[in-house]
Amino acid sequence: MEKPTPSQPDKENQKEPSALEKIWVAISIPLVAVLVAMLFGAIIIASNGIDPIRAYSSLFRGAFGDMVAFGRTLEKATPLLFSGLAVSFAFKAGLFNIGAQGQLLFGGITAAAIGFGVHGLPTIIHLPLALLGGALAGALYGIIPGILKTSTGAHEVITTIMLNYIAINMTDYLADGPWKDTSASNIVARTPQILDTAVIPRLAQLPLGFFLAVGIAILVWWVLEKSTLGFEIRTAGLNPRAARYSGIKVARIIVLTMVLSGFLAGMGGAVETMGVIGRYQPGFNLGLGFEGITVALLGKTHPIGNIFAAILIGALKAGSSLMQRVGVDPEITSVLQALMLFFVAADVLIRRFIHVRAVESAPNLSSHWGDTK
Amino acid sequence: MNNETRARLLAFLKKRRIGLILGAILVVAIAWSYNNNPIVTQAVLASALRHSTPIVLGALCGLICERSGIVNIGIEGNMLMAAFTAFLISAFVGNLVLAVLIGVLTGMIMGLLLAFMSVTLKVDQIIGGTVINILALGITGFFYQQGLAGGGKLPIIPLGPLADIPLLGRVLFTNPPITYSALILVFLLHFMLFHTRWGLRTRSVGEHPRAADTVGINVFVTRYMNVIIAGGIAGLAGAFLSIESVGSFERAMTNGRGFVALAVMIFGKWTPLGAWGAALLFGLTSAIQTQIQFGGITIPHQFVGMLPYIITIVVLAGFVGRSRPPAAEGVPYEKEG
Repeated sequence: MEKPTPSQPDKENQKEPSALEKIWVAISIPLVAVLVAMLFGAIIIASNGIDPIRAYSSLFRGAFGDMVAFGRTLEKATPLLFSGLAVSFAFKAGLFNIGAQGQLLFGGITAAAIGFGVHGLPTIIHLPLALLGGALAGALYGIIPGILKTSTGAHEVITTIMLNYIAINMTDYLADGPWKDTSASNIVARTPQILDTAVIPRLAQLPLGFFLAVGIAILVWWVLEKSTLGFEIRTAGLNPRAARYSGIKVARIIVLTMVLSGFLAGMGGAVETMGVIGRYQPGFNLGLGFEGITVALLGKTHPIGNIFAAILIGALKAGSSLMQRVGVDPEITSVLQALMLFFVAADVLIRRFIHVRAVESAPNLSSHWGDTK
Repeated sequence: MNNETRARLLAFLKKRRIGLILGAILVVAIAWSYNNNPIVTQAVLASALRHSTPIVLGALCGLICERSGIVNIGIEGNMLMAAFTAFLISAFVGNLVLAVLIGVLTGMIMGLLLAFMSVTLKVDQIIGGTVINILALGITGFFYQQGLAGGGKLPIIPLGPLADIPLLGRVLFTNPPITYSALILVFLLHFMLFHTRWGLRTRSVGEHPRAADTVGINVFVTRYMNVIIAGGIAGLAGAFLSIESVGSFERAMTNGRGFVALAVMIFGKWTPLGAWGAALLFGLTSAIQTQIQFGGITIPHQFVGMLPYIITIVVLAGFVGRSRPPAAEGVPYEKEG
């Protein structure tokens, strides 16, 4: 039975495009998608009786107005970049890791536990220990859907979502039970404050965690594009059968990809705990994993594209508090995100209006999802 | 009994052994428990049926889509959106029948959106479904006003003398309308899928769209129509959540039911009756979970809370390899030429 082959740029008939053209091809669709989404957002804001230009200008000031605002934008962007990278990384192997949320929660609470529970270490050891501990917790949680998929064929979209709910319950339990802050002043479910030696510092107003995230993004790009592992991952994603014939152990790649994806998400949770919240508190990290999906797709699952997408979504979140003062519910940011996601996913719509070539072939996530072995 | 019927009976027993064994255990357990404590048994079973209602409706939505070749992971968002609009109508208009209709209509519109993305735009269907989920979370979150009072819940309608049958009457025939309609839909869709022209067309479009196309079935129209109908069913599930079950709306109140529904659909091997059985099993665990929470057994509530999700994973891992999804699902259909 014929299967539609992914559309690929016709290499023989076309000259190698210039670097600038390549970049334009890569960013034009997301850019237009963002603009169209903002336009729709403006209509929604206007329908609530508020001047959209005023709303957007306060959004902009709240996100980039001064150093404090910009620092807040980067702070919001940091976990999003991690979870975006986690989703993008898995996507390259043809896996849709909706479980970044759960992996991030475990990363966050593990970093908190190491942060408050391990005493007497200097910063130079304590900080990386907590960070890696969080990342490893995420990696361990990521291994579950990987193994379930390769050994039983259970699709990761369902298993990771179920694991998200399990993670929410589990971390709630830990923060309300064994790891609860038992000091007299505390009445809510949360862990104690982490020690100063595990806190990720700020540089002037800017959170250092963001620069760590950018470094990791570049590393991820290198692994995917330049290393053998990256080649195997991409091959397994685009055509598992061909990958198998060429001797790539696809099952191993799937598990490994999920582990690394979980590692990235877990590190995102750890950085959020250690750089922003200072402890683990249930509910504080919710949504970060899902927003990672938006970041990944807006960034066209390219690690560098993820950086800009994360800053954009971070700016929306940072600026929404100032926008609230002119009367716009901060939830508008999730509507905007959803609209952006829609227009990026439905890029065919945009291609009708601006002429851009299809860039690259992407793995088909949904064919035969019931029995992918 | 001649040899042929015996062989067929044996084959049937073998094929359905898991369902039959589970069913037998269940019947014995219910009888034993009813003998010991009729009131609690009745309450647990009735609550199991109601817990299973949104899940079986979601699973029906999923399986109509997948039988015609479209993967729908947007059921969650579809339900949430419908729960929201149904609630709004009940709050502002006060007419619950209209609220249900609007919920169903909302579901159909969301179905149309998915069909547009996956059939016309050929967006990857998993991504299309995710867009719907995130869109629904965003829109309902933005327009939801805290503290808005709903217009009440759909009433329980006892079905005359049937409701007086011991146990069965209370469990099956003393329910609110959407729970009844879910029961009817299960049997209706099972019949339609396997014994009508529509069902044959739907299945052929999901299994081999090119062949279906050659014999004159319009693949695009069939897929559009089915995804929209299925959306309406998920919309009914949404209306169940907001105006039949609790009578109010909360942010993200679907709580993963749309995804549990997908697992149930797979567990039920893409058949309405199978999905119903699987959904009842989930309903029963939820009901027992509630019973545990009220029964004063001291397990941290979080562990009880994660039970349905763990069971979903176990079920999925245990059964997915043994069931075969429609062959052409997830692949956009392109006409040749």
